[in-house]
Amino acid sequence: MEKDAAQQLKRDLPPQREWKKSGSAYIATFIIMMGVWCVLSGQFDLFHLGLGVLASALVSYYSADLLFDGPMTGKTFRTTFGFLAYVPWLLYQILLSALHVLYLCFHPRMPELIDPQIYRFRTRLKSDLAQVTFANSITLTPGTITIYVNFHRDFNVHAIDPFSGEDLPGEMERRIARAFGEE
Amino acid sequence: MVITLIVVVLLLVGLLFFTGGTVGLLRFPDFYSRLHPAGKLDGIGVLLVILGLSLYQLFPLTVASAVTGLKLMLIVVFVFLASPTATHAITDAGLRAGMEPWKKGDPWR
Repeated sequence: MEKDAAQQLKRDLPPQREWKKSGSAYIATFIIMMGVWCVLSGQFDLFHLGLGVLASALVSYYSADLLFDGPMTGKTFRTTFGFLAYVPWLLYQILLSALHVLYLCFHPRMPELIDPQIYRFRTRLKSDLAQVTFANSITLTPGTITIYVNFHRDFNVHAIDPFSGEDLPGEMERRIARAFGEE
Repeated sequence: MVITLIVVVLLLVGLLFFTGGTVGLLRFPDFYSRLHPAGKLDGIGVLLVILGLSLYQLFPLTVASAVTGLKLMLIVVFVFLASPTATHAITDAGLRAGMEPWKKGDPWR
């Protein structure tokens, strides 16, 4: 039984990739780390900024490969701005469906209204980052939880009622595809 | 004055979402459907409450208060990254352990 589970897990993992060292990825990681340092420290004298430069340099040296999967290109910037443009729409959707779940929570005849089901579909998003964004967006939207995603891009989504689940993958997938340049 | 009013409205609506999350957690039938209000309504409650708090301390506008506002908003970012991941992990663990989801028509637990 446990051996089966291990084999299943192995089959679902994508093949390992090599990460090429690239200066632009180090620099971008350094800038992001320095920005977070400045916000968290809030002190702008030489001593604190110097410590920040040291710490950010160390972190970007060891973990630039966690943030970027290769050299920075024009696509990286387009993806970043596409993602930032996607966030307000996502927040609006979260608010809409949060109101719906809130209505369900307080409804006296809630047991008749809910109908939990598991929806299965296959997404057309290709990159890992787009799939993670899609899965987390589904889970962030109240009423739907991503249970399982595998290497073959199969999504299993638990939805509290048909209203929450019926329009999956739908517009959210389209907008993520546009944000990540996969149209 | 107007700012205080907006802050109060944001805090109250945030608390409404928190209350709804707790009520849903108690009322919904099973493990999986309880995660819906528990994980999500709390998230939007955090967003609204912290938005209200950071707006409240933003005036008078100085570098220090702007930095504090950004720090508060960082909390929201981390909650919005961690909350769906944790919810997914709990649901996945439940299904892998063989717990069947409640369906319409099953006895009420």
